Amino acid sequence: MEYSKLYDVIVIGGGHAGTEAALASARTGAQTLLLTHNIETLGQMSCNPAIGGIGKSHLVKEIDALDGAMAKATDLAGIQFRVLNSRKGPAVRATRAQADRILYKAAIRDILENQPNLDIFQQAADDLVVEGDSVKGVITNMGLTFRAESVVLTTGTFLGGVIHVGLENHSGGRAGDPPSIALANRLRELPFRVGRLKTGTPPRIDARSVDFSVMQRQPGDSPTPVMSYMGNVAQHPRQIECFITHTNERTHDIIRSGFDRSPMFTGVIEGTGPRYCPSIEDKINRFADKDSHQIFVEPEGLTTHELYPNGISTSLPFDIQLAAVRSIAGFENAHITRPGYAIEYDYFNPQDLKHTLETRFIDGLYFAGQINGTTGYEEAGAQGLLAGLNAALRANGKEQWYPRRDEAYIGVLVDDLITLGTSEPYRMFTSRAEYRLLLREDNADLRLTEIGRNLGVVGDERWSFFQEKTEAIAKEQARIKSTWVQANSEQANKLNDLLPNPISREYSLEELLRRPEIGYKNISELDPEHVTREDVAEQIEVQTKYAGYISRQQDEIDKLRKNENTVIPDDFDYEQVSGLSNEVKQKLMTQKPTTIAQASRIPGVTPAAISLVLVFMKKASMKRAISVKETN
Amino acid sequence: MDYHSDTIAAIATATGRGGVGIVRISGEKAATIAQSFLQQSPTPRQALYSTFFDENGQAIDQGIGLYFKAPHSFTGEDVFELQAHGGPVVLDMLLNACLAHGARLAEPGEFTQRAFLNDKIDLVQAEAIADLIDSNSEAAARSALRSLHGDFSKRITSLTDELIKIRMFVEAAIDFPEEEIDFLADSQVLQQLDDLILSLKGVLSSANQGALLTEGVRVVIAGRPNAGKSSLLNALAGTDSAIVTDIEGTTRDVLKEQINLDGLPLHIIDTAGLRDSSDKVEQIGIERAWAEINQADLILLVFDGKKEPNFDPKNDWNDFLARLDRQDHIFLVQNKIDQTSESSEFVSDGAYPLIRLSAKLNNGVDLLKQELKSFVGFKQVEEGTFTARRRHLNALDTALTHVRLGRDQLVVANAGELLAEDLRLAQEALSTITGRFSPDDLLGEIFGSFCIGK
Ligand SMILES: Nc1nc2c(ncn2[C@@H]2O[C@H](COP(=O)(O)OP(=O)(O)OP(=O)(O)O)[C@@H](O)[C@H]2O)c(=O)[nH]1
Ligand SMILES: [Mg+2]
Repeated sequence: MEYSKLYDVIVIGGGHAGTEAALASARTGAQTLLLTHNIETLGQMSCNPAIGGIGKSHLVKEIDALDGAMAKATDLAGIQFRVLNSRKGPAVRATRAQADRILYKAAIRDILENQPNLDIFQQAADDLVVEGDSVKGVITNMGLTFRAESVVLTTGTFLGGVIHVGLENHSGGRAGDPPSIALANRLRELPFRVGRLKTGTPPRIDARSVDFSVMQRQPGDSPTPVMSYMGNVAQHPRQIECFITHTNERTHDIIRSGFDRSPMFTGVIEGTGPRYCPSIEDKINRFADKDSHQIFVEPEGLTTHELYPNGISTSLPFDIQLAAVRSIAGFENAHITRPGYAIEYDYFNPQDLKHTLETRFIDGLYFAGQINGTTGYEEAGAQGLLAGLNAALRANGKEQWYPRRDEAYIGVLVDDLITLGTSEPYRMFTSRAEYRLLLREDNADLRLTEIGRNLGVVGDERWSFFQEKTEAIAKEQARIKSTWVQANSEQANKLNDLLPNPISREYSLEELLRRPEIGYKNISELDPEHVTREDVAEQIEVQTKYAGYISRQQDEIDKLRKNENTVIPDDFDYEQVSGLSNEVKQKLMTQKPTTIAQASRIPGVTPAAISLVLVFMKKASMKRAISVKETN
Repeated sequence: MDYHSDTIAAIATATGRGGVGIVRISGEKAATIAQSFLQQSPTPRQALYSTFFDENGQAIDQGIGLYFKAPHSFTGEDVFELQAHGGPVVLDMLLNACLAHGARLAEPGEFTQRAFLNDKIDLVQAEAIADLIDSNSEAAARSALRSLHGDFSKRITSLTDELIKIRMFVEAAIDFPEEEIDFLADSQVLQQLDDLILSLKGVLSSANQGALLTEGVRVVIAGRPNAGKSSLLNALAGTDSAIVTDIEGTTRDVLKEQINLDGLPLHIIDTAGLRDSSDKVEQIGIERAWAEINQADLILLVFDGKKEPNFDPKNDWNDFLARLDRQDHIFLVQNKIDQTSESSEFVSDGAYPLIRLSAKLNNGVDLLKQELKSFVGFKQVEEGTFTARRRHLNALDTALTHVRLGRDQLVVANAGELLAEDLRLAQEALSTITGRFSPDDLLGEIFGSFCIGK
């Protein structure tokens, strides 16, 4: 049966990528259908119940700047908030929240259900409708056909999932969800390159069986941070503490005794796990001289006793898991509520995508989230938003968009995936961003909200909030430039206490703020006219302090801008570029970079190779011009 | 296609050819750079005889300054040319002053490339550009590095390792603040930064003493025993320093002589004849010979024309070629023409340039000198050893500036993220010598060294 309503966009999958995709599409006004195999699992946090952290919070704030859901839901569900790196500079500061699973799910569900232009339908997708090279819709497992201009696929680890506990394994999606086998088989028929990855979770523990008195307490920050630019502390539920405990030599001995039944060490698992988040058996194996490892004990919510012991993800057999857990301080009598496990799953090589996240082989089909080889809710949500937005823009015949590396972490994420691919579950780190000083948590809105507004994905409320903020910033910036402090004045004397040498001539407030010893708070005390909005004061301080570095990075970006704008024609023939080594030719031919800048980021492609490509591009265009003349 | 905008500079003539040397500058800053060299504004298309001043107002040389305004120039951009008298060292000083004025060193073939992209030369001429641009510039950088003292290249490698290690600590502290590894907080990083600054300064000062820049071209004489290698060294140097006998295997150690061809310093290195030998001393000599051959800017492959008429290394000595990683620097010398009654001559149409001579009778040795000069000179037009070395010094200098700035940021403002930024830029500068080091490489180092993850 064919469903009567024609959609602009269908989103398959209701995880973090799927929900942001569906919402973004619907916000632009596109008629959107969210197809999920289970409405109850919308917004589910299947791994540890935390949002944000270094590099990740940057993505969350960017989603928020584009009016997405993740930060809003976090403010409604966060039960412990902290700012990491608070003593380091603002560029690397990151907000992290522990979320109540149930509240988070409820918040996402609420946002979805109240989103205009969005329909939700519970049914597994079995097949895609493909006509020519374009996707035209989706067929569900009861044979219902939904037609749409664009389709966004966000099926996470459900494709070809295999779960391992010890040497036992069975097929399955995350945490009890059924794998979509029919769809997986269908996708394998298409020319996408498929790879295999692995990730793991720790055993969950019942808090009633834990002795917290021997653990280190980890309270949230005070004042309590917020995640969304428009959020406030009053939205937060009751705040609670997390705890820290450690493994010990005995734990390590127990774990070692299970190595012979480890699916990882015995070669049962083939997928590549991440380098940065090794399972506890991996840590003990690789760093044999470390006699103790940290475990963050994170509550899963206010209304559950389940705890997430972050740091001991494992796929060892259950008897080893239990003995190892019980050897840890505070866990002596622990009851495990769910065993830890490793999951292997298929992912599609993201190098088969365009930067818009549309696939190269099938027009109108977009991939977002773990299916592209990433890990993490934030990475998934960011891709979902971008894919959903572009799916909607495409359906309405508008030009698609993606941020550059110097505009957003989303730009870094997408460019890394498409240009370099990934051989491990890809996670964001700030060190991946060369323009880290520009891409800050505090200015994601200044970087993206106006762009989002023009693309139609930012609503009125956020837009007017944003405009007020930018006006206040501009006004305050003008004021500190034109307000002067004279040497020996009363104001100067106040500041002299902070400075190594007293002020000897007239300075503007801006000049004074540039000094490392002086903060916005100090200059605001000199003049009653200062701003009271904290987000504005923060902007003034950060922009002034970083001014030199920001303008240097800006120069670097301007220099590269031409490369970003130099488009390599789709049909450019690398074979004819004499002087390129075969290895470089091969790389360029398989990756088909769309701009010179992308080409130059492919490892092994040297500046000289780029010079050659430019020369031959020019030659090709001259030849074309000549042959056009001849045919005329 | 308006692709370029930054300003590039290079030595545009063969160094050491004597006569005039040209330094060429192309790009937006050409006019300002001209102004500071000449201490007056240049007039387009007018030759101006003037003193050339460096960035501190010191006179470097005298010569002619020529300014062309875009688009009426070779590259289609603003172009300034300095025509100087000086030899390689003066040209290098001029080039260095260009960099101080804000230009960057041109990549091989880059002037021609700009000319082409700006419609200044046509398709046919452009065919040649591909040959000028070595698609493997990292290999070129490495071979230039190898051409420096072995010691120098070791020091660069070790200071790059030092830098990576510090970055590893700094980035780990930023990206993994919950991992009990806050290196920024302890004094270790500061100590390492100070050590790195010292290493950088050390390398730079020994390099700037000029040893590096006047080091010149390494010409290694190689061949089978008794071919007449030592005789050739003596003939070129005009001395008797090498022992010559008719016993095969006379030379057992490396012997060096320096000569000067019109300002171009040549290091001539005589080596033991290459053969399978059971003599222990001779074996060591042959090993040393290979070490020299592998570092040569140019190899004079000497053979005895009487014993091996029509010698062609491709057919007659493939073992030799197989051990080289490049062959564009081989120059064949057919010795002992007095015994075959041939006359001295230069043949350039074979696979390698060839010269016939008699080392013993000193017949054809001047011709060899002449050809050597243009062979070496030609190779230096686009990316000579001098430019390559200047590139390295420049990179070291930039790296030092950033490491110092970063250190200050840490000490004065406790700004670890700004230190990280300066260290990234320092690494970027060094990567022009050592090859690219990506953020993912750095993450790999971090995960390999620290147990990170939860
Ligand atoms: N007739 C003639 N004899 C030459 C010429 N050059 C060198 N010889 C002779 O060839 C013999 C070997 O010369 P060397 O210069 O010692 O040769 P080599 O290549 O250094 O030999 P090893 O050091 O043993 O590898 C000596 O007897 C030289 O006098 C030449 O041009 N003509
Ligand atoms: Mg000898």
